[in-house]
Amino acid sequence: MIIAAILAIMVTMALAATRALLGHTVYDRILAVNVFGTKTVLLIAALAFLTGRPDVLDIALAYALINFIGVIAVLRYFEYGGPDND
Amino acid sequence: MPLLIDLLSWALILVGGAFGVIGGIGLLRLPEFFSRIHAASITDSMCAPCIIAGLMLQSGLTLVTVKLAFLVVFLFLTSPTASHALAKAALHGGMDPGRTRRLDGEAES
Amino acid sequence: MDTVVDILLLAFLAICAISILRLRDLFAMTMMFGLFSLISAGLFTTMDAPDVAFTEAAVGAGISTILILATLAQTSRREQATPARSKLVPLAVVWVTGAVLIYGTADLPAFGDPDAPVHNHVGPHYIQESGKEIGIPNVVASVLASYRGYDTLGEVVVVFAAVVGVMSLLGLRRRPPGLRPARGKPDPNDVLKVIATMVVPVILLFALYVQFHGEYSPGGGFQAGVIFAAAIILYALVFGLDKARQVIPPKVLNRLPAAGVLIYGGVGVVTLLLGGNFLEYYALAEDAKTAQHMGILFIEIGVGVTVASVMLLIYFIFSERGRGKRPDEGNGDGDGDGDGDGALSRDEGGTA
Repeated sequence: MIIAAILAIMVTMALAATRALLGHTVYDRILAVNVFGTKTVLLIAALAFLTGRPDVLDIALAYALINFIGVIAVLRYFEYGGPDND
Repeated sequence: MPLLIDLLSWALILVGGAFGVIGGIGLLRLPEFFSRIHAASITDSMCAPCIIAGLMLQSGLTLVTVKLAFLVVFLFLTSPTASHALAKAALHGGMDPGRTRRLDGEAES
Repeated sequence: MDTVVDILLLAFLAICAISILRLRDLFAMTMMFGLFSLISAGLFTTMDAPDVAFTEAAVGAGISTILILATLAQTSRREQATPARSKLVPLAVVWVTGAVLIYGTADLPAFGDPDAPVHNHVGPHYIQESGKEIGIPNVVASVLASYRGYDTLGEVVVVFAAVVGVMSLLGLRRRPPGLRPARGKPDPNDVLKVIATMVVPVILLFALYVQFHGEYSPGGGFQAGVIFAAAIILYALVFGLDKARQVIPPKVLNRLPAAGVLIYGGVGVVTLLLGGNFLEYYALAEDAKTAQHMGILFIEIGVGVTVASVMLLIYFIFSERGRGKRPDEGNGDGDGDGDGDGALSRDEGGTA
């Protein structure tokens, strides 16, 4: 059953990656990469259960943090050109 | 009782997976950026918690469950924030909700 | 099943790489770079290498993306099309080099071959003896920090040398120029500020957990340093560079990379003074395993301090230079400020 979850997650990742490649505007791409990142977190968590190594969950947690920081960074730079500009 | 927990966890994982695929299809097929944010947030708000809740039921009361709980709380806090920031940035940058065209005239290909 | 996952991930990787090459919009390219790092991290996880996956996810998808963005903020957003020139000679060179390299790999042992030399000499010794000699569950940490301590010292010095290079080329100004007018309007960032206030302490705590728990689970100094820097960068993104400079003043930050290397090398010197060899932890305490644990703890702290301060310093340097510039759309001939070197024009007159 975990394999079914992993397959579903990978299908979603493929769909998100397609949107990232097609993405009509840059915002679509940012959105798609954000979704890809969240799915990667889930994939790592599911893989941790599949391989029986729960210490890999730390990577999922770290990756969730990094994904959030990355999206905020992209938005600040894209919209304002830097963390201080308004 | 363990059978019930097992069944519940598989059901949650499968439902989560289904929501993820639904969100992914929505991301591809919806016509316009702001509606795609809805599709993306379905994956963030339904798929992730369901799958993680299913995994938590699988692992019982251990440290792993605590880590998964942290993960789901963190995702709950930060995914809507990221969507909000993205929508605000898009609005600021000239995307108009309800039309499939940027305000400065650049049409969708 | 594993093969299917591997093939899918590698196919994603190839498609990603091709799209990075073809995209002209550099912001989109940055996204795809982040995606590339993510997929690599997924591949490392399937190859059962969680420490590497951890570092790849944190550095490649996090810090690298942010630094590329900080660089883009100072240059243009669009890659200029290269002039049409004959591409036959470069293509021929690339094909010949690739063919020679592939021919050279024909003599290597097969992937995962148990008879390969790399699996037969020191490798089994480390794996089998690590539990008895060092006694920490994470064999990667014991190899990195104890058996191969010299190599890790070299890695830390390389990171330090990188920041020395960046600082001597660009440099961090002591006092930020007074560019910001007083703000009278409502802050557009309220939601982000609230969430960041809640999230930054948790990330810092997680960085400390990864640092000290790195002996028992995937983690260690490098990953912890990157996550620590990412937390402060998040603070800087949401609250502004000035406040972040107040959190970690440049005078302190300039000295921290050296302090980290000093801690690492200092452990080696202490073991020398106590009668052992350089970085021979057995001199630190009487019980062998306690001595190893102490040595590993201190050098991991040194690594963590260096990596965190280096990442932060490079981020501050890049962002300082990009201050005041708007992102320009279009063909990259510079924005309205009209300058080549941001530092010089600001120091001279204070007008941008």
